[in-house]
Formats: sequence, structure tokens, C-alpha cells
Amino acid sequence: MTLTTDEFVPTSGNDDDASQLLTDQEQQWVDKFMDETTLFLGPDPAIMRHHEIMPRTAYEEQCIAQGIDPIEVDRIRKRLAGALDEAFEMCESMGAAPGAKWADLSCAVYTAEGDVTYLSNRGVIAFSAVLHHPIRYIMKNWKDEPTVGINEGDGFFHNDSRFGMVHNTDQSMLVPVIRGGVIIAWVGATIHEGENGACEPGGMPSGSETPFDDGLRASPIKIVEKGHLRRDLLTFLQHSTRDPKLMLADIKVKMGAVRRIMDTVDRLIDEVGQETFVASLRVTVEDVETEVRRRIGELPDGTVTFNQFVDSTLKENILIKFACKITIKGERMIVDLTGTGPEILNRAINSPLASTKAFMVQAILSYWWPDLPRSTGAMSPIEVITEEHSWADAGYDAPVGQSLQASFRGFSALQSAFAKMQFSAPQKYSNVVAPWFNQINDFLWGGTTQNGEQVGNLCADLNGMGGGAKAFRDGEDAVAPLFCAMADIGEQEVMEEEVPFLQLVSKRLVRDNQGFGKFRGGMGYEMMVASRGTPSWGFMTVTSGSKFSSVPGMFGGYGCPVYPLAMVKNVNIYDIIKKDPTQFNLSMERVMNEQPFEGGDYQSSHMGLQFDVAKEGELYMIAQGAGGGYGDVLERDPELVVTDLELDRISAHTASSMYGVVWEPGTYVVHEDQTTELRAQMRRDRISRGTPYREFVQKFVQEEPPAELHYFGSWGQDNDENLIATHWGGAEPERVTGRLAELPLIMVPDRRVLKINKLEARVRELEQKYGEVVEHKS
Amino acid sequence: MRVPMTEYLLIDLDTERWICRVCAHDFGDARGNYKEGTLVYDRDPREIHPPVIDPEKYEFTFSPDPRFCRILEFYCPTCGTQIEAEYLPPGHPPTVDMLWDIDSLREKWEAHGGNPEEVVNYGPGENAETDLSARFDSASAHSHSHRTEGH
Repeated sequence: MTLTTDEFVPTSGNDDDASQLLTDQEQQWVDKFMDETTLFLGPDPAIMRHHEIMPRTAYEEQCIAQGIDPIEVDRIRKRLAGALDEAFEMCESMGAAPGAKWADLSCAVYTAEGDVTYLSNRGVIAFSAVLHHPIRYIMKNWKDEPTVGINEGDGFFHNDSRFGMVHNTDQSMLVPVIRGGVIIAWVGATIHEGENGACEPGGMPSGSETPFDDGLRASPIKIVEKGHLRRDLLTFLQHSTRDPKLMLADIKVKMGAVRRIMDTVDRLIDEVGQETFVASLRVTVEDVETEVRRRIGELPDGTVTFNQFVDSTLKENILIKFACKITIKGERMIVDLTGTGPEILNRAINSPLASTKAFMVQAILSYWWPDLPRSTGAMSPIEVITEEHSWADAGYDAPVGQSLQASFRGFSALQSAFAKMQFSAPQKYSNVVAPWFNQINDFLWGGTTQNGEQVGNLCADLNGMGGGAKAFRDGEDAVAPLFCAMADIGEQEVMEEEVPFLQLVSKRLVRDNQGFGKFRGGMGYEMMVASRGTPSWGFMTVTSGSKFSSVPGMFGGYGCPVYPLAMVKNVNIYDIIKKDPTQFNLSMERVMNEQPFEGGDYQSSHMGLQFDVAKEGELYMIAQGAGGGYGDVLERDPELVVTDLELDRISAHTASSMYGVVWEPGTYVVHEDQTTELRAQMRRDRISRGTPYREFVQKFVQEEPPAELHYFGSWGQDNDENLIATHWGGAEPERVTGRLAELPLIMVPDRRVLKINKLEARVRELEQKYGEVVEHKS
Repeated sequence: MRVPMTEYLLIDLDTERWICRVCAHDFGDARGNYKEGTLVYDRDPREIHPPVIDPEKYEFTFSPDPRFCRILEFYCPTCGTQIEAEYLPPGHPPTVDMLWDIDSLREKWEAHGGNPEEVVNYGPGENAETDLSARFDSASAHSHSHRTEGH
């Protein structure tokens, strides 16, 4: 990345100071030289590392000085909310991207300096909450740049999350509101478009090993000039991805949606005056910040720690920590990610800091204080401690194609910890809830459709995340993704008109796929897909959590199970069903355990599947994840237990051994006395098998992770600055420790090479054992 | 004054102790880590999350891998309530998940003026209203088994 002039601190003082490196005159020459010879303007740390609202501009001061009428501000805000919701619905109705059809988008109004003032009520909060970064970039670099400039009717596009975006699959349209030659606000729309020309179709490549595998790297560019879509740049964007029709259609959709917001903005300004409009935007941002400080002050002072352990690079199983300590002191809140593992320079799971923070905003505005106006002010007072080059704060050279692996953990850190932070607070603005499911259990796909089009995108089933249990009720099944409260899981029959595969099993709950507890987490469902009628097709999955549960429970409740990918290759299910329709009785459990299809290659693996060519009728099976459970399982109402049992949501083993319920087989009538006695015995058993804490710690705790685990992050929490990492400097991995800056660059070897090495060693071993002489040539 | 801090724990501001909300067990200094007063069990995660597909045939089965993941269950030594279940790598120190500033907690509640056990609930909405007073008060006349059954 090229340094910008902002990074040079001008010297001052007189020319005679011998200790001064440059005189003022020399510094000016250097500045001028750097201005004229900057290679290119990369992401600007002065913009990207800050999430606080900007200071008032002189013009905003002037507008506010004219007086604020809170009733009028509220009226303006409601009008904007209406316009944003209308624009949202336009994108949802007309958007070509599957994500758009299922609410994976948002629209927003920003101050002139880029602070979010208000978002559409529906949609992805994080999308718009991160766009202050590109607006600030545009204002800083393109406003006065003679070859670019900002004029009425212009629209800017970007997708690279290094410049401020949730992830690279999203694309923006940012349009200035200009009056009298002055930029007084911005409006914008962002959609999860999917395909972006990455090394795998669908825009979220789990196989990305360099930033260049991540696909399109659009820094903010002026795609619309004075109302006209620039054909040259559009062609470049279309040429750079697999789905040129999608690119064209949705840029137009976003232009239309933004135009609709602008109509309301124009009318509002005509009605209330430019100054009142500007003042309203500004005070909304400030009011939210003030209210957030007040609400932090309502929480108890102290520190809540919530560590997460992620088990996959999406190519191999590792264990990498996402550490988080949240400290409240008066009206200050500090989120400290120290202890989080280092970035892995050839794996896709790293997240830029801005993307991680965007999902913190998601937790704050969806799960902490959902009643607040959705504004940059919500995150602004919260201090974040992190170190660049951790996997939650990736450097410029780290691939970020599957950044959701880290950024979703930023969400979970705040969402999960909040139950403990807010439990004792006298005033709550949301319910006490266990952790929400936080993985993208979904199929991404790509290839040639039955209509002859090249596409790459994903199923809407990622929107079917199980909700966390509340303190007073079970979590809802497949209710909503963590990033969008009112998303849709789509109409499968409609999708099947556009893509060449069928969901042979869909929305079928998997028994025991729960976070157990006094109240259980919402369940996920299984899905089974197979391609049909296509010359070329493939599937991917991009999920961790196949060895280590992705979310825990809360206050004694358990977390979700783990999730495998199951496949049956070398079969054609359509031929099988045609010959014997009784074989349509499909479930992951039956297919994998009974292996009913002769000649099939039955496989299970972790859920990081790089693009895999799917021949007609080969089966791919996954399950959606469950939310965390709340409270002690032995406090669950026995009637709720037998209801779940009767519906085959849990097994008899779980009902008796986990929940301690005794019932009458056949009628599901609870035997209350026997249940009470069994539960009392189970409590006595706990007391009997439990070990006093100090004694337990002495036996359980080890100085470092088990040798066979490829571990990254701090170990414990007493010395979070000291990280452990696994380094492949030679043929074998070695464990290294030190502060983040002291660690060597972390790159993971190709797992196929490792497997070949292992197999070759075994071949030589067997050759020796049996005395076979084979000449090996390299 | 007693402040409900979690589903199963309160802090008695008069004695500055962590107390079990179910049975009044004393877990220790409220300025410290309540876990130090618990009993702990290292649970094989496969016992909680049973396999859906056959572990004899497959490595990935819906059950966490015990070489990666353990579940530490924290029990109240008196009533046996499971007050926390923590998912950790084998050998990783248990997390000190909550440390509170007791002086500040007292100041905030004194300024508030209400009784925390009556004021605190599960948040907005009629169905989130609840009685978070210590269960051992209302259950003192009942049998132990009923007291620990939950409400």
C-alpha cells in the first residue's frame, strides 16, 4: 500500500534546529513530491481504523445554531425511514441477486462526512453501518481530484472490504446530496450480490489463498456520472465476474432505489429547508451517541470475558481463538480483542477490522438496543482494542474472501456477552437471550444453468439460523440470520426455475440438533441437494464448527452440536428414485448410516468444501445450525421435553439421560414423581462427580495446547499479549510463541501435499517391510 | 441488598458474597471469580451431542471432537444446579467470565433506590416479566427436591 501524505507528520520550528530532520520548506517539498508521485491510493488507515462519528463541520454548526425542534427532527427521521423502507422494497422486488430477494441488503442516509443517520428498518444493519469508510475516502480523495470530482447525479460503486464493506460479495451505490455546490448528505444502497469473479463462484471463496483470489477489488469508483451509467467501467465490472447480467441489473436497481430516496430528500429539503435537514441528520447521530453512553452507564461496571474457538481454516481443521474482554466503567465501554489469533496469510478466513466492527454494530443495534435509530453513533462511544494482523484485524496482504468466519465472531462476542452484562441492569431494552447461531450453513453454487447462463451464488438457507433461547421461552427454529432480523429463506420452487439443482430434502429438522437447556435453542433443518440437467455445476460450503461447537449456551445451557458435510458421490439419485420411488425416503441419517445406494462413495468431512464438481444426481447434505440453550436442563418443564420427544425433535436418550424425564411409552404422559426423583438423583450425581474448582484446575489445565492441535491465539487469559501459533517453517509444524508482532508470518501448507507426503511415506514403509525394491524418481 | 446477576447467581451487597439463587450456597468473594466456589466436571462432548451419523464409519458425525472440545460443567456444590457450561479446548484454563466492581454496583443500586430482586426482569414484554427474588426464600418451607426443581 502506498503511504498517503496524511501519514507524514509535518515538522515545525525554526530551520536552525539541528535535531530536526527537515526544515518547513523541505517538508513542503516532500509533501508536494508525495502528492504528485503517489503510486495509488489504497485503504487509508486514518479512515479505516476509526469508527467514531466525525466532529461537527462548520456548516453543521451553523445549521444547528439556527435552532433544533425535536418534533421536527423526529418527523424528518420518520419521513426518511419511510423512504428507506420503500427503497429497500424496490431492491428486494427488483434485485437480480438471490440475496436481494431475501432481504440481504440495506439502504441508508448519511451525513456529508459519512456518518450513518438512518437505515432502512429491514435488511442488514452491518451493510450500511460500514459505509462511512468509503464515503470518507471519496470525500478525502476524489472530491477535489480534477480527474474524478463529485457532482450532482454522480454515483460511486465499491465492493472491496479493505475500503469498508462487510465482505467483498456486497456492492454499493453511494450518491451525494448536493445543494449550491456543497455536499450536504449522502444516500446509499448495498446488496449482497454474490458472484464477484473470485477463484470460486458465489463471491465468498473458501479456497482463496491470496487477496487476488478474493475476486473483484473495486475501490470507490464513479460508476454513474451526472446521472449516466458509465459504459466503460460497467463493461470492466461485467467482464470481471461470472454473471454480467447480474452486475448490470443490480447496478440499475440500486440506482433506482437511491433515486427514490433522493426524491424524498429533495421534497424534505424543499419543505423544511436545507439547514434544518442538515441539522436533523447531525443531531440524530449525536443523540444516538449520547444515548449509548447513557445506556452503558446503566450497565454494571466490571469485565465480561467471552472467548471463542474456531476449528477450521475452511481447508483444514485448526483451532484459532477469537478473544474478547468487554469492560464497562461508568459511561465507557472497552472491547478488547487482545489474545485473538494471528492472521493466516494463505487462508480466506481473515477479516478487515472494519468488517469485524460492522458486525459489532449488528449486535448492538439488533440485540442490545434495537429501539435506537440505526446510526454510526451506536458504535462511536465504544472503544475497541485490537492489533493489526490478527485474524479479526487483517492486514492488507491477507486474503479475506471468507471474512465472515472472523467478523461473525465479532457479532457473537458482543451478542453472547451481553446476557451477562445486562442481566442485573434495572432497565433493559431487549430480552436476555442465549447465543444466536453464527455460521453460514449453506450451499454456494455455480456453473451453467438449464437456461444456458453462467451464474455463481448461494441458497437462501443461510437465513435459517436457529435463534438463541430466551430466558423465558425456547429459541425459534430457523428463524433468522444473525445479520438480518427479517430475512427470508426463499421459495425453493421459484429458485429451481433458475438453477439446475433440486433440494430433495428441505426444512426437515434433525433430531437432537439443539442447544439443550431449561429453554432450548431454536433448531436448524437439514437440506439435501443434487444437480440436474446441467453441463457443468458445482457446490461449495463455507462453514466452520465441525469439531468444536460454534456457539455455547447461556447460564448452564448447552451450545449447538457440530455440523458435518455429507456426500454420496458416484450415484445418480434421480435414476435411483425413478427405478424405485420408495428410495425417496431420504435423510442424512438414513442415507449415511444405511448406505442404501450400491456403488455410492459415502463421505463426511468438515464444512469447508472448495468448489466441487457435482455430477448429475450426486448427493450433498448439510444441516442448519441451532441456537444456544438457556439454563439448567434439569429445570426444563417435563411437558416441553415429551412434546419435543413426540415430535421427534429429541431422542428418547436425550429425554431421559439429559433432561431426566420419565414418561409412559406410547402416551407420552409424564410420570411426575419418578421424574422428580430421577432429577434429584441426577443432581446428587453431579455433586458426586464434580471436583472442587482449584483441584479441577490443577488437573485439567495444561501449560499449552495438546501437541497435535494446530492452535492459534492466547492460552488462558492471564497473558493475552502472548500468543501461541503453529508455524510451518520446515517440513513439520512447530509451535511458536510471542507477541503478535514477534510471530513469523503464518502460512498453512497445502493439505493435499501433506496427504501425498504421508501416503508416500507409508508406501516406502510397506516397500521396506515386504522387501520390494522400487526405484523412485522425482 | 441482593442483586440477581445471572439465572442462578446473586451478589449479596451486604456480605459481598456470590450466592446461589436456588439454595443460598456461598460461592465466595463477590469481587472475585464465582467459579472458584463451584464443582467442575470435564464432560466428553459426545455425551451431550450424540452422533447422528455413524462414528464407526465417519469422522464427522454431529458430535464435537473430544480432542478439540471439552465441556466444563460448573455445579452448585449444595443443590447441584448447573450454573454454567463452558466449551473449551482440552487443557485450556476455564474462563473468568465475570468480574464486577462491587462498589460501583452498590452505588448504582443505592442511587436507583429500588429492590434489585423486584426490579430486575428479563427485559421488555409481558412474558419477560419474572420474579427474580432468591428462590431459597420462597422455597424454605418446601422440600429440597421441590426447591431445586425450578420454576
